[in-house]
Amino acid sequence: MLLWNHYPLNLNLKKACIMPIHLCNRLLDAAGEIILGKDRALRLAFACLLARGHLLLEDLPGVGKTTLAHVLARLLGLEFQRIQFTSDMLPADILGVSIFNQHDAAFRFHPGPVFCQLILADEINRATPKTQSALLEAMEERQISAEGRTWPLPTPFFVIATQNPADQIGTFPLPESQLDRFLMRIALGYPDRAAERLLLAGEDRREILAGLPPALAPGELDTLFAAARQVHVAPRLLDYIQDLLAQSRESADFSLGLSPRAGLALIAAARAWALLAGREHALPEDVQAVLPAVAGHRLRAAGDTPASPDDLVRRLIEAVPLRG
Amino acid sequence: MSDTPLRTDQCDWLIAVAALTLLPHTSHLPPGLSGICLLLLIWRGAIAHGKGAMPGRWMLLVLAAVLIGFVSLEFRQVFGKEPGIALLAGLMSLKLLETNRVRDGRAVVLLSFFMQLGQFLYRQDMLIAILALSGSIASIAALMALQGAALEVRQQIRQAALLVLQGVPLMLVLFVLFPRVQGPLWGLPADAYNRSSGLSDSMAPGDMARVSQSAEIAFRARFEGAPPPSGERYWRGPVLTRFDGHVWRQARTPSGEHPAYRPQGKAYAYTLTLEPHNQRWLLALDFPGAVAGLRYSNDFQLLTREPVTARQRMDLVSYPGTPVGLDESPLQLRLALALPPSGNPRTRALGEALKARAASPAAIPDLAIAHFRQSGLAYTLEPPALGEDDVDSFLFDTRQGFCEHFAAAFVVTLRAAGVPARVVTGYQGGELNPIDGSFVIRQSDAHAWAEVWLPERGWVRYDPTAASAPRRIDSGLAGALPDGAGVPLLARADLAWLRAVRDRVDALNNRWNQWVLGYNPARQQELLSSLGLGKNGLAELTALMAAASAVVMAGLTAWALRRRKTDDAIDLAWQRFCRRMAAAGLVRLSWEGPLDFGRRVCLARPDLAAQVEDIVNDYTRLRYAPPPGDDAQLKRFQESIKNFHAR
Repeated sequence: MLLWNHYPLNLNLKKACIMPIHLCNRLLDAAGEIILGKDRALRLAFACLLARGHLLLEDLPGVGKTTLAHVLARLLGLEFQRIQFTSDMLPADILGVSIFNQHDAAFRFHPGPVFCQLILADEINRATPKTQSALLEAMEERQISAEGRTWPLPTPFFVIATQNPADQIGTFPLPESQLDRFLMRIALGYPDRAAERLLLAGEDRREILAGLPPALAPGELDTLFAAARQVHVAPRLLDYIQDLLAQSRESADFSLGLSPRAGLALIAAARAWALLAGREHALPEDVQAVLPAVAGHRLRAAGDTPASPDDLVRRLIEAVPLRG
Repeated sequence: MSDTPLRTDQCDWLIAVAALTLLPHTSHLPPGLSGICLLLLIWRGAIAHGKGAMPGRWMLLVLAAVLIGFVSLEFRQVFGKEPGIALLAGLMSLKLLETNRVRDGRAVVLLSFFMQLGQFLYRQDMLIAILALSGSIASIAALMALQGAALEVRQQIRQAALLVLQGVPLMLVLFVLFPRVQGPLWGLPADAYNRSSGLSDSMAPGDMARVSQSAEIAFRARFEGAPPPSGERYWRGPVLTRFDGHVWRQARTPSGEHPAYRPQGKAYAYTLTLEPHNQRWLLALDFPGAVAGLRYSNDFQLLTREPVTARQRMDLVSYPGTPVGLDESPLQLRLALALPPSGNPRTRALGEALKARAASPAAIPDLAIAHFRQSGLAYTLEPPALGEDDVDSFLFDTRQGFCEHFAAAFVVTLRAAGVPARVVTGYQGGELNPIDGSFVIRQSDAHAWAEVWLPERGWVRYDPTAASAPRRIDSGLAGALPDGAGVPLLARADLAWLRAVRDRVDALNNRWNQWVLGYNPARQQELLSSLGLGKNGLAELTALMAAASAVVMAGLTAWALRRRKTDDAIDLAWQRFCRRMAAAGLVRLSWEGPLDFGRRVCLARPDLAAQVEDIVNDYTRLRYAPPPGDDAQLKRFQESIKNFHAR
């Protein structure tokens, strides 16, 4: 529906030099070689991270969620930690625990796996709400409070959480308020036939992953973050975003509208998306491109007509005219 | 708010409006006063641009006193149209010198509106209407400048013109439907008519030549069917019978409501549109049939009851073949034979010699014409001065004259020969305007000829000028004079392009006269009844006017209230592009972004891809890239959309 492989704009070269488009291309190309046929999801995932947001991957097992998280960590040159969530997990298993050190005669905080730049929170819906909220709090605050002290988490700090929508028994689906903490929710889906053939015939992905060098030199990630923040959002685009928010709140189609945080998320994601397209200003197309991922998990259809998130977002987009 | 001091651009607007308003008035203002106004405006302009301070109150009082003194000296009074307009022109310029605030600026604009109306007190032609209209647009633009922010001049003018345009429908309704009053709208009683050129009721040598110097239009005629040939187009004006040796005058003749002849023979129907000349005579082709409301004098002049002070239009039929004066009264014949007791002895002798040579009185005129032809008389607009006896001196000494010399000499000769004769003045010929098919008769077509009474034939027209200058009759004044000397520029024959231009302007002016200035109660009635309206007089007219005004105002209101999507230049251009694409079958969806739309267009119409790509690029950059938007880019964007055609 939406334009995502952007129309080949002939960029004003002088201006493009300011934008680290070569970094973006390098990232996308390298990731595309491992994650086959998932350009759009990859692009969204990168956009999510460039917008410094957390990502929720919702899909069936075995479609490459973990691989994706690995690839992102590798390419961006981030420390990577995987946490497999289970129902018997306690908050301390994630955050860390204070242990009495007899030598010092004092409690000493042993940081948990959360103290890592990129965390893959696998099957987050298997953990109890208490454990979930411990992680989500850390995601929001970007620090840990324990024993009356706060421990800052490393920067950057990303959480890529996965959940299996098909699992119903013994799971605790994230409530809306928690979902709102994720900048984007994306699904991967099955690869198409050609991509799957390549996958089946080719090398083991894990081996490729192990030998994958970071695509970014130290400091280049910060350049990208800065560039994403500098992407211009024109007043007209803010009008459009506000129109979208207003429509989601006022329309009878939705029982739950988009929050101001969703609005901020939309702007940040659109900026990152524009950056990946090599533009220094965001366009309505960028907003529309990220909207399903940004708003899909935040919108609730009104009444009891079941509607897929993508349908809801499409309805929202088509209900808001773009001025001009 | 209204007491805010004027900005420089507002001052400039006011000065420009004052200059534009006063400029057309310079043609009738005393030159000294125009100069004073110019100086005052320049002074105010200098102040506006930071050179010098505003003059004090005493200075202004002194200047006003000087101005009033000047006007009263120039006109010997300060009341009436001329001094009033002059005074206003001066005071308007002076007012600018104390105009330092927005409120005063409005007063100046108001005054400028009044002065634009003032032009119509002098002339009401199309040029003045155009000048007044442009002056009004400038005044409105100035008013807008007083009210709002400083805009570009072109933008300001365009806005003002748009406002004026919005007023046009209401203006038309009021013009067409407002109950008309008889008479000219703009004339003041004191100067209802004061034209100096044109025929008069007397003729002395040099009079016709003087009239012929003017290219002013005397009247227009439009024939139904084929017009008579040039040699028959004698438009009869005053008939001059009495001669005192120098000046020809009209005889007092009774007039009645019916012609003293029975029209017969070939008929020419035509519409005569007579310019006002403040006289009672009309100018009709010989000899007009009966028309109700007109009077017919015994010497076959067509008269109105009142002097013609406004342009008049009437339908006439002429019968050139009608025999007239078969039973002329002895009194008339005696008048047509009278000569002063003395003077012009040589001409008298000539007349007697002709009488002796002629076999019958009927042969005498032809003998006289033959004699004129033989004596080598020259036709000229600038005849040399004549001696004591005009006719003698023309016929025998100078031998150069204009039509009045020929006609006078011919009539005197015939009277000396005992044949009743008289001078007829009027116009001869006229020029066909190919644009609207009407004949235009100018003052330069003024002519004098003779009428001779012969037993059993009645009054017969003889044109002695034709004997010496036959081309005068066939091709008009310009054709008859050797080098066009003295012929008014507009009547000259050799400048084809000038004539073409003049013909067009004249046809336009004729329309203007007929439909705008000549839109009188009769015309209004005619127009409305052709629409099946207005039969019930004033009440219906008023109701019609109110209804039409209401419709117009409702339309304008709806137009004003319609939601203008935007007045942003970028949006307007983009919408234009989208409209053109929609016309070509590719409609932008309401939510569709420019890139998506552009891409869709490029897929559907690869032939347009390059253009569309540029347009989309420019649009997204102008609309969504950080300001400041490049002016050149906006221009290029608008240009490229203007030149974009999807077909």
